[in-house]
Amino acid sequence: MPLYYTEDQAMLAESVTGFMADEGGIKKQLRHWRDINCKDGFGHGLWKQFAEMGLTGMLAAEADGGLAMGHVEAGIVLAEIGRNLTPSPFLTTSVMGVTALKDASDELRGRWLPGIIAGETVLAVAIDEGAKHKPEKIACRAERAGNGFRLTGAKDFVIHGTSADAIIVAARTSGSDSDHDGVTLFAVPKDAAGIGHNAVRLVDSSIASHVRFDGVELDGSAVIGEVDGGRAVLNKVLSAGRIGAAAEQTGVGGGAFAMTTGYLKTRKQFGKLIGEFQALQHRAAHLYSELEIAEAVVIKAQQLLDGGSERAELMVSVAKAKAARACNLAVREGVQMHGGVGMTDEYDIGLYMKRERALTEFMGDANYHAERVAQLSGY
Amino acid sequence: MSELEAFRAEIRAWIEANCPEEMRRPVQGEDDICWGGRNFVFKNAAQKAWMEVCAAKGYTVPDWPKAYGGAGMSPAEAKVWREEMARAGARPPLSSFGIWMLGPALLKFGTEEQKVHYLGQVARGEIRWCQGYSEPGSGSDLVSLQTYGEDKGDHWVVNGQKIWTSYADKADWIFCLVRTDKTNVYQGISFLLFDMTTPGVTTKPIKLISGSSPFCETFFDNVKVPKSQIVGQLNRGWDVAKYLLGHEREMISGAGDGAQTSTIGKVLTRGGLDDPMLRAELAAFDIDALAFAAMGEKFLDEIKVGKAHPAQPNMMKYAGTELNKRRHELLMAAGGSTALEWESEETRGGAPARSWLRTKANSIEGGTSEVMLNVVAKRILELPGA
Repeated sequence: MPLYYTEDQAMLAESVTGFMADEGGIKKQLRHWRDINCKDGFGHGLWKQFAEMGLTGMLAAEADGGLAMGHVEAGIVLAEIGRNLTPSPFLTTSVMGVTALKDASDELRGRWLPGIIAGETVLAVAIDEGAKHKPEKIACRAERAGNGFRLTGAKDFVIHGTSADAIIVAARTSGSDSDHDGVTLFAVPKDAAGIGHNAVRLVDSSIASHVRFDGVELDGSAVIGEVDGGRAVLNKVLSAGRIGAAAEQTGVGGGAFAMTTGYLKTRKQFGKLIGEFQALQHRAAHLYSELEIAEAVVIKAQQLLDGGSERAELMVSVAKAKAARACNLAVREGVQMHGGVGMTDEYDIGLYMKRERALTEFMGDANYHAERVAQLSGY
Repeated sequence: MSELEAFRAEIRAWIEANCPEEMRRPVQGEDDICWGGRNFVFKNAAQKAWMEVCAAKGYTVPDWPKAYGGAGMSPAEAKVWREEMARAGARPPLSSFGIWMLGPALLKFGTEEQKVHYLGQVARGEIRWCQGYSEPGSGSDLVSLQTYGEDKGDHWVVNGQKIWTSYADKADWIFCLVRTDKTNVYQGISFLLFDMTTPGVTTKPIKLISGSSPFCETFFDNVKVPKSQIVGQLNRGWDVAKYLLGHEREMISGAGDGAQTSTIGKVLTRGGLDDPMLRAELAAFDIDALAFAAMGEKFLDEIKVGKAHPAQPNMMKYAGTELNKRRHELLMAAGGSTALEWESEETRGGAPARSWLRTKANSIEGGTSEVMLNVVAKRILELPGA
């Protein structure tokens, strides 16, 4: 399969790009929700519009009312979310959440998917425990109790945790914290008794929650996939989240880069456009090269994931790491090349820097994925 | 089964049936490469057989038209060919500047007669070409070249000197940039082809820091070149040169070349390397190598259907050569003092050190990294005054 968009994908990209430029822009969304200190950090109106365009259920099976699309298509949406810094529950709900639900019972899919497809339901995913992503270790426990489970423990960096109608939680149902087996995924409804939130605003003004589960009683029907065999589903959710975040980062990096080259073509110093200086030209050209490479490896990994390739896991980590490094360079160079105004809240370039930082941390930073690449490569 | 999958099965079976065992081992160094040409000495019978069996099917140049010695494969089919070759670990049957550089230029700018005559010889491995571009005073500033062809009616008389002419001492013919109008800088250069045995042509190998001599100085002393041996229009050779440079840069970038973009972490840690810092560097390198391999694949896919930016080969060359230099820095670091050995049997005559030194030319030959960045800034980013 060639590494460029098919005709259908190019059409999707065109319509999403136009739509997001009109509706998802920084002033209309990110700055608006930030400045009114919105408790969700995103707009439900836009989420509804996503649904009207068929985006919220794009990954869901046709039998479930979705469009049965893949990660290449989801990545098209995420890149535009990144380019516009649009706060949206799309990644946690429509990409990670729907990926999890694909392995869920008819009952669970029937309970959550229609709301997602209609743009009324939001999902969060609770995996991390502690400040760094390390899903190899899961200590949050779900003990068998009667016909169901009792969930106890804490999760961190749960994006949209307080706005979510349900949280997908990776919990330990047997074994010790670092065991591979013994993990189970649960769909925990927001109104379950015993959930406590400590919501915090992050540097990019998204809202994350430190979630505590204090003996939350769960019905057996809340289980997604196999009891104790949840890694299989969890790995799919992780891959979906990682490649999704990488796609979003290419958008963030691309947006920052466009803004920066635009600035180089208009800002004058020493009687010249600063873009005439070779010191800046070479750095801009190097950055272009890094962003192109990041985009290429992201679409490669998306295709491998969609095709069920055995190399997908490795290439997803490569893509997440490369996108993080390239995007990080884009925002650092962006702020530096903007000079003083790059430090002001008024200019948008700083917002790109903040978003990049949060996305890099989400589902594992470049170092985490470098370690994974080494391990998956056998060293 | 789709048509393409049927084609894949056919190619896979053909390679299986025709590629000799010896030609499925990784290329160890330059002397494993089959260059073809009048004076080429095949390393073994397998190398000769593999080239000939491929040439007979047009597989030395799979995407060239059949009329010019190719197999007429579509972009999708050529990709299948590359994938199946890589899968089998098969060596390229023939490598040459004729295939990578002159061929594409002739396909675009050559006359029908030139195409039939020269391309067929390239495809069959009968002629080895070299490239006469750089001069002592014209490196990055190539267009300032001084080698002059004086008009003598039915021929030119060429005088001047080229430098960094790769394998000029082994080549049969040269494609050469020659000034044919001293009053016009860009539109005063012609693209000429001539036989290296023409009286007045001499070559002198240049010994490099690696100890080998892949490059030569090439001298022209009253060399007669018939007028029929011009490619493109008189004084418009710069257009041909630029087009060809794109292909040269694509080649040097290593796009689609599994050897240059493969990972090294696993190989280098096999001996029980116990250095967490080096391991981390290797992982960082492997990420960049795998990402660049995807870039190479995307670039080749896009270029075949006209989706790539025309200046994109410059980016590819920059990124690919910088990556290759880093690869060899890491190979040296992992090799430690063993990799320093210059002549030992264990290092196959100092191969690691010599290869490491050779890679330093990658970001100079065919346009320096700095020139590549200039071109990207100007033509892709459209920065002012670039």
